[in-house]
Amino acid sequence: MAAFGSFALLIALALAAYNLLAGAMALRLIATGQPVAISPERLADTARRAGIAGFLAVTAAAFALIWSVFTNDFSITYIMEHSNRALPGAYKFSALWSGQEGSLLLWAWLLAAYGFVLRLTHKTDVKLYAYAGTILAGIQTFFLAVLTIAAPPFALYNGVIPDDGNGLNPLLQYPEMVIHPPMLYLGYVGFSVPFAFALGALMMRYPGEKWIKITRVWTMVTWLFLTAGIFLGMHWAYAVLGWGGYWGWDPVENASFMPWLTGTAFLHSVMMQEKKGMMKSWNVWLIFSTFLLTLLGTLLTRAGLVSSVHAFAQSSIGTWFVVFMGIVLAVCIFTYILQRSHLKAEHHLESLVSRESSFLFNNLVLLTACFVILWGTLFPILSEYVVGNKVTVGAPWYNRVAIPIGLFLLFLTGVGPLLPWRATSFKSIRRNFVIPTIALWATVIVCLALGVRPWKDGAFDYGNFFALVAFSISIGVFTAIMSEFLRGAGVISRQTGKNLIVSTWLLTRRNTRRYGGYIIHIGVVIVVIGLAGAAFNRNIEKELALHDTMSIGPYTLECVGFTQDSNLNYNSEYALLDVSKGGKKQFQMTPEKRVYLASEQPQTMVAIHSTLPWDLYVVYEGTNPDTGQPIIKAFLNPLVGWIWAGLVVLVLGTLFALVPPLSPATASLRIPASRPIPTEPALKGGH
Amino acid sequence: MPFRMNGFVSGHDFSRAENHAQNGRALAPARRLGITFWIKTAQALCLAIAVCFSVGATDSSSRYNDLSHRLMCTCSCAQILGECNHVGCPNSAGELAELRAGIQAGQSDKEILDSFVGKYGAIVLAAPTTHGFDLVAWIAPFAVFAAALLGTILLVRRWANISIGKTQAATPAPDNEDPADRERREKIRRETGEGGF
Repeated sequence: MAAFGSFALLIALALAAYNLLAGAMALRLIATGQPVAISPERLADTARRAGIAGFLAVTAAAFALIWSVFTNDFSITYIMEHSNRALPGAYKFSALWSGQEGSLLLWAWLLAAYGFVLRLTHKTDVKLYAYAGTILAGIQTFFLAVLTIAAPPFALYNGVIPDDGNGLNPLLQYPEMVIHPPMLYLGYVGFSVPFAFALGALMMRYPGEKWIKITRVWTMVTWLFLTAGIFLGMHWAYAVLGWGGYWGWDPVENASFMPWLTGTAFLHSVMMQEKKGMMKSWNVWLIFSTFLLTLLGTLLTRAGLVSSVHAFAQSSIGTWFVVFMGIVLAVCIFTYILQRSHLKAEHHLESLVSRESSFLFNNLVLLTACFVILWGTLFPILSEYVVGNKVTVGAPWYNRVAIPIGLFLLFLTGVGPLLPWRATSFKSIRRNFVIPTIALWATVIVCLALGVRPWKDGAFDYGNFFALVAFSISIGVFTAIMSEFLRGAGVISRQTGKNLIVSTWLLTRRNTRRYGGYIIHIGVVIVVIGLAGAAFNRNIEKELALHDTMSIGPYTLECVGFTQDSNLNYNSEYALLDVSKGGKKQFQMTPEKRVYLASEQPQTMVAIHSTLPWDLYVVYEGTNPDTGQPIIKAFLNPLVGWIWAGLVVLVLGTLFALVPPLSPATASLRIPASRPIPTEPALKGGH
Repeated sequence: MPFRMNGFVSGHDFSRAENHAQNGRALAPARRLGITFWIKTAQALCLAIAVCFSVGATDSSSRYNDLSHRLMCTCSCAQILGECNHVGCPNSAGELAELRAGIQAGQSDKEILDSFVGKYGAIVLAAPTTHGFDLVAWIAPFAVFAAALLGTILLVRRWANISIGKTQAATPAPDNEDPADRERREKIRRETGEGGF
């Protein structure tokens, strides 16, 4: 199977290279109109077909690797290092992305799959798709070259083939690890498609903004995958790493967050280009940057430039990525300089207070956030280079620098949709902002009265202060969004006589993009409320003998037993804890500690009882070597469940925004002929 | 009255601005009442916040918790010292004991942090310091943000000027216009041009 896999990869590389060269040649011939023996259109079509065949070849290689994992073919080094016989089936599947070579193969396969769909739908716009397909082939050629030369997944093991493998990293033996990396990679790889369309459209001086409409679905789906991937990673960190948190500003977490920020900026500013013909250069560079940041993330993970908890898959392929990023950047700059006259804006902003400028400021803040994270991630390297002294840039730095920027962004989330296009007036500001402002300040007062105060033990407390600001702005933004829904629904209700709920549904269906976007904003608000809860985390650690108790918040934990278990994959020891509240037993928790046999590495399995107000999070830390007593650490983490609930709303909003709006025929309302439809902003459409 | 933060009223808005200027005196008492209402509301709000702020402040400190979150565990787990949860971690227990000892000995925060840096290197601090090259880490994000914000505001104002210029060029004043009207228009344009919000 190793030979089959390697051969499939070689075929895929040859097909991708042909796709790139033939495609580029055909497009050049079409552009110059030179007469040649072969029709450029036919040449371009052979390139496209090579791309389709390339997908089949990469699929064959991926299949070969998975087959080898399931058949325990330890003659392949990768399988020997990342799997073992006792590994459960689902985790054998995830062995595909548990190491350097496998994850690059997954990347190549996903890219081939995206390209396959793109090439099958080429009739939408044959020429533009030919450009995009050729650019994707260039990216694919790079990844397949790395897989063939620098990181071959089918390399054979030197020496006596062992009976069993080293096993999968215990950190990865968790259900979410089966879906978190593919989601993240779907997001990373997916941004190659809008990048290819943007670069292609610029190269061919594509008239109009149709390319943006074509790539809108690609971009949103990709953004959705990346969002889901990031949140799944957060949940994995929360449930597996056992430190009670979900985001540690680890360089690899940061690397996934940066393209998300620029991708989010692109999704917003691209609306300006669609509606007003503005910010064309800006949008092109946003998508270029997003793609480059996905590569930078991979570079940071793979090259070992920065220390990370995610260093499962480090190797020396960093140079390949640096060179490729250099080439991509050079191509982008060259194309931009050559074609920049094509990107002249048709209109300019007319006012600092308008929907357009709110998009611009939103972009500004998102890009500043991206810069801050990049700066924090790379500063240790910079410091070592400049003063020879490596420093740590950890959570305290990010909390002070990134959180204020994030809160400002949240504020703009509420303000932006309330501003009309072009310019606004005092009257409209007063009408739109009074209720959200009252809600915001009322929340400040309620929070202060409830004890959420920006000081603790006589000193200023940043955590509480940020929580107070986050809660207040969140409620203000939520009120602003709901008032937008109600205003639009009220108009429809008056016209149709339907109740507000049905009217809201109709309103949302008539402009899924705008109101889907609002639902996404509500999701963001819920997530922020959840994140702000971290300011009030509590924890307690105690050695617990049999029937000893410990209390945290309203809960009392009583130890009712300790036991051990084992299977072919791991040995485990765990505590049985009865949890009572108000003197009544509520449920039992079983925090666990495992030692995996193949790798001989320990792993914590946290017990979590999640409710809307808080999570009870219990870690079995092992036994005290001096006393022999087990040690239990319990956390009470307020509002964590809101983060995951916010993700659900966010996903629903994105899906809603992807649904085509009701067509005019089906959206027809029972409006009396004598009554003209008022031109309320809510009915004009457009987010 | 349409307004723009950059303070310019376009030629298109001119007649409405002029009408509004003429009506300004008649609306003044109502507006004054409105302003008074908002000032009173703001005062009440500030008072309410001040009351809430002044209730329940305490002066005891929890330096141990604070300092343990400003230091890193040095066992290469990349965790904040106060959050390091490894049983059998070779370093965190010792570091926490040192921290406790420092506090009990009456050392200042700076002295404690300096002693950790002296022993483990600058990498033991969870965030860069605020002196020397480390200061760049703190300043750069805000400097970049401020520069970008300023640049954006200036750019938007420039764009707005261009838009207004285009609009004015597209609607030239009639030849037979009364010089008094022209002067009044210029005056309003000058006044609203510096206005802002």
